[in-house]
Amino acid sequence: MADTKAKSDSKPNQTLLERGFASIKGSDADESSKRGPSSLPLKIQVKNLDFYYGKFHALHSISMDIPEKKVTAMIGPSGCGKSTLIRCFNRIYELYPKQYATGEILLDGRNILDPKEDLNLLRAQVGMVFQKPTPFPMSVYDNIAFGVRLYENLSKDEMDERVEWALKKSALWKEVKDKLKQIGTALSGGQQQRLCIARAIAVKPEVVLLDEPCSALDPISTAKVEELIDELADDYTIIIVTHNMQQAARVSDFTAFMYLGKLIEFDRTEKMFTNPTRKETEDYITGRFG
Amino acid sequence: MIRSGTKGRILDVIFSSATKICAISVFLIIVAIMVALFAGAWPALKKFGLSFIFSAEWNPVTEQFGALVAIYGTVVTSIIAMLIGVPVSFGIAIFITELCPSWLKQPIATAIELLAAIPSIIYGMWGLFVFAPFFADHIEPWISSTLGNLPIIGPLFSGPPLGIGVLTAGIILGIMVIPFMASVFRDLFEVVPPVLKESAYGIGATTWEVIKKIVLPYTKVGVVGAIMLGLGRALGETMAVTFVIGNADRLETSLLMPGNTISSSLANQFTEAVGEIYTSSLIALGLILFFLTFLVLALAKYLLIRLTLKEGVRT
Repeated sequence: MADTKAKSDSKPNQTLLERGFASIKGSDADESSKRGPSSLPLKIQVKNLDFYYGKFHALHSISMDIPEKKVTAMIGPSGCGKSTLIRCFNRIYELYPKQYATGEILLDGRNILDPKEDLNLLRAQVGMVFQKPTPFPMSVYDNIAFGVRLYENLSKDEMDERVEWALKKSALWKEVKDKLKQIGTALSGGQQQRLCIARAIAVKPEVVLLDEPCSALDPISTAKVEELIDELADDYTIIIVTHNMQQAARVSDFTAFMYLGKLIEFDRTEKMFTNPTRKETEDYITGRFG
Repeated sequence: MIRSGTKGRILDVIFSSATKICAISVFLIIVAIMVALFAGAWPALKKFGLSFIFSAEWNPVTEQFGALVAIYGTVVTSIIAMLIGVPVSFGIAIFITELCPSWLKQPIATAIELLAAIPSIIYGMWGLFVFAPFFADHIEPWISSTLGNLPIIGPLFSGPPLGIGVLTAGIILGIMVIPFMASVFRDLFEVVPPVLKESAYGIGATTWEVIKKIVLPYTKVGVVGAIMLGLGRALGETMAVTFVIGNADRLETSLLMPGNTISSSLANQFTEAVGEIYTSSLIALGLILFFLTFLVLALAKYLLIRLTLKEGVRT
């Protein structure tokens, strides 16, 4: 993080594209990470996904392959359908009547849009963190333990361990270890968001969906969350929706650009930000629209 | 034209004083009612002392008065009403906010509002002419032949099937408090931020877990308030209870037997109360009802403080 910042500070007049490039994740990584998304082990395969809010056709025939244990960013102007798309991955949209999806989403080869899919187990496998921090009205400890208790019957010691593990993993332990009994809503905004991430990873999901996780946070908290995403990518498949293109460039291995409910381009982040194939992508990334 | 600053300030002062007067009047009214009740009840309280509360005798002929029968009836009918009303109201509110298909929401909500709009005397008439005979013919014989034979709680459910009695009054009260509590619960559950529920569903919680762990804690202040509102109505309800409780000033163990409540005693007897002690005893009953309601409110506040402490430390 630190040297990234130094780089961009030293050249104040560079264009957005160049600045993005300066901090693109993996731009100096080895050859193996320079292949396209489909050549890696896949976690999620989306096939001809259409999504409707009642009569409104929000997603048009989306197909994409999301690689395992990588960070995939979704970018695009507001209303382009990126949040809608990730809300399909844990079928949270089903809480609302008249929202439905057609097509296939394969998670490890299993179609999760199958009506027979056990939603509770699916959501244990695919965790989600929302735009605004949503701590539950209970103590910090219970916020983490809540999800774990739904699936596992742990002893007090094991639960303590799990809570500590999740809080350490989300870089919050040092700040809250003396406040575990405090109500979660009393933490600061950035801490609340990291608490929500801790809560999501405490149930040990395989995929973590982040829906604009930093849009309500200050720059320092944002940096912390980004570092965290970087670390989590070793163990989890992460899909992040973001409005901040530099953030997408900084944290993701792959980037998908969506526009008007369609997937315009999906490729390695480095390629998307330096040499996009489609004109729309280039226009959006260089700030010519959106 | 620029608005004159002085004029604005004067208006502000008038406005703030006006609202202050409105707020203070609440205290004045409460104090005035308390004083009036105390003054009216004083002769009876002086004559009977504390035994007024603990004596089950209510005899206008010998002018011996005790409030126990009425207090017992009031408390027991209200407890029965809450036992029925709270779970049913919860069920209604949860169904409407979480589970109901959207086309059914409005009809149910309207039906609840209609139920709330029915005057209590209609409930009383329905209770006396329809529900009580039905209850006596079909339910009470069954209750006394099954529950009535159980040890410990048996005596509560034995006795002849009269139709009217404490249990019937409690059930009618339960039906009457449902629309109030259900609509307040529904409003409360609807203000829980969707994103909070989504995050709970998002880690795989079931509807029940979301309601128990998220919705209820989030709305607990309002929920306790709604229950108290219902309990307040049950404690004070007069007309419907007077119709179906039987108005007997005897202390009976069985819930199937007639009894009396404070408010129905007052409604029935005020017109025929002769003599200072009789009238004063009735006013003393009213004073007790006042304290009962106060006690319930205080208990609710205490409960809320306990609940909040249990949730986690606030700084």
